[in-house]
Amino acid sequence: MVPARRDWQEATAVAFRKETAKVSSITFHVPEWSRHSAGQHVDVRLTAPDGYQAERSYSIASPAGDAKQIELTVERIDSGEVSPFLTGTLVVGDSLELRGPLASYFTWDPSGASPLMLIAGGSGVVPLMSMLRTRHNAGSKIAATLLYSSRSAEDIIYRQELDCLASNRDGFTLVHTLTRAVPAGWQGEHRRVDTEMLAAHVFPATQVPQIFICGPTAFVEAVADQLVALGHAESAIKTERFGPTGEKR
Amino acid sequence: MKVTRGFSGRPRDPTVSGDRVPPGQYVTEDFPVLTAGPTQRTPLGSWSLRLQNGEQVLGHWNWAEFEALPQTELTADIHCVTKWTKLGTRWRGVTFEDLMKAAGVESPPLGFVMAHCDGGYTTNLPVADLVEGKAMVATHFDGQPLPDVHGGPARLLVPHLYFWKSAKWVRRLCFMDMNAPGFWEALGYHIYGDPWREQRYSGDR
Repeated sequence: MVPARRDWQEATAVAFRKETAKVSSITFHVPEWSRHSAGQHVDVRLTAPDGYQAERSYSIASPAGDAKQIELTVERIDSGEVSPFLTGTLVVGDSLELRGPLASYFTWDPSGASPLMLIAGGSGVVPLMSMLRTRHNAGSKIAATLLYSSRSAEDIIYRQELDCLASNRDGFTLVHTLTRAVPAGWQGEHRRVDTEMLAAHVFPATQVPQIFICGPTAFVEAVADQLVALGHAESAIKTERFGPTGEKR
Repeated sequence: MKVTRGFSGRPRDPTVSGDRVPPGQYVTEDFPVLTAGPTQRTPLGSWSLRLQNGEQVLGHWNWAEFEALPQTELTADIHCVTKWTKLGTRWRGVTFEDLMKAAGVESPPLGFVMAHCDGGYTTNLPVADLVEGKAMVATHFDGQPLPDVHGGPARLLVPHLYFWKSAKWVRRLCFMDMNAPGFWEALGYHIYGDPWREQRYSGDR
């Protein structure tokens, strides 16, 4: 069977929320949306008056389901082409084209029984947030941990909502680590994610957690390698890398 | 085509000819890394490559034997389904035809190939897309041994298709009689993946 084509459809921006200085969440009304799983992405397409088009992929932040409104959380890359438009030019009532949901590997569904281990670097938290929101909506008590690395406290995306989820005492553990300055009284970790930190916060391999890692390439490379060294099965580790590798020629 | 209010896009680069950038792609100078799981690191001492017809082994090379096969250099533009295009990438390796020749296979026994890789990754290809110098098992990028994050020691290189078809860490190439989806193809990506027709996902025509 040939699956239905994911056609481009018009989506209208209906709400903006500033998450950090560089990151905004945008809610789109998508009349023809079917349903998505936690962790999937959409492709966004912008068209200039001369017909030039730019396409990019963005992870869906809103929980799994069939709501006709989906949320994307976008980090502004100053040298970028699409993210400055989404976070700076687009206003409520504007429309653009998107298609999705797309890809079904980096996805989580609350019917599973394995502990859920989420490891985020920066805006890599976005698809993982969709998983946590999905877990919360489902009333799931599956043990879940988010280990979330940010530069500074001001760069933490979804900070209040994460605190709120962590206060539910429903099996979700939140661990922040900051790689630069920490505010007075900081309770979390304060260094780059390393083997010792992973050993302290990741469910042991004997519990066979499902592991999702999302972040900049170097972050994901380092974390995935260390988890393999800690005995986690490669097949249990799903990764999404983004951003430059710094390799040019 | 609906114009997006307020969007003009990057200044068009006059040095990049439009006929080198497929629809929906942008040019990057970087070399991004996309992989579904951890990077594979196979020591050369335990590396081997096999060419198979189903389960029948047609050819088998360890690293030294593989390095001794005829080498071909190829310069090509590569296009990742995640939207980046990298122009003029330089590769060296063994063409699919030279592999067949080294295995004593005169003509392809079946019409399709499944590539199997360390880490369990697979991808499917029509044989027609591998022959006539269109594809190789590449061991060098830009004059250097291929780094493991980019699929080293050896990856498939099929530059005219989206880059997920250029399977990293390839270890087995198996002829098969019918087209069957590999890893991403079974997870919603296009069975063929022509960037010029923008065949990104299942159902794209």
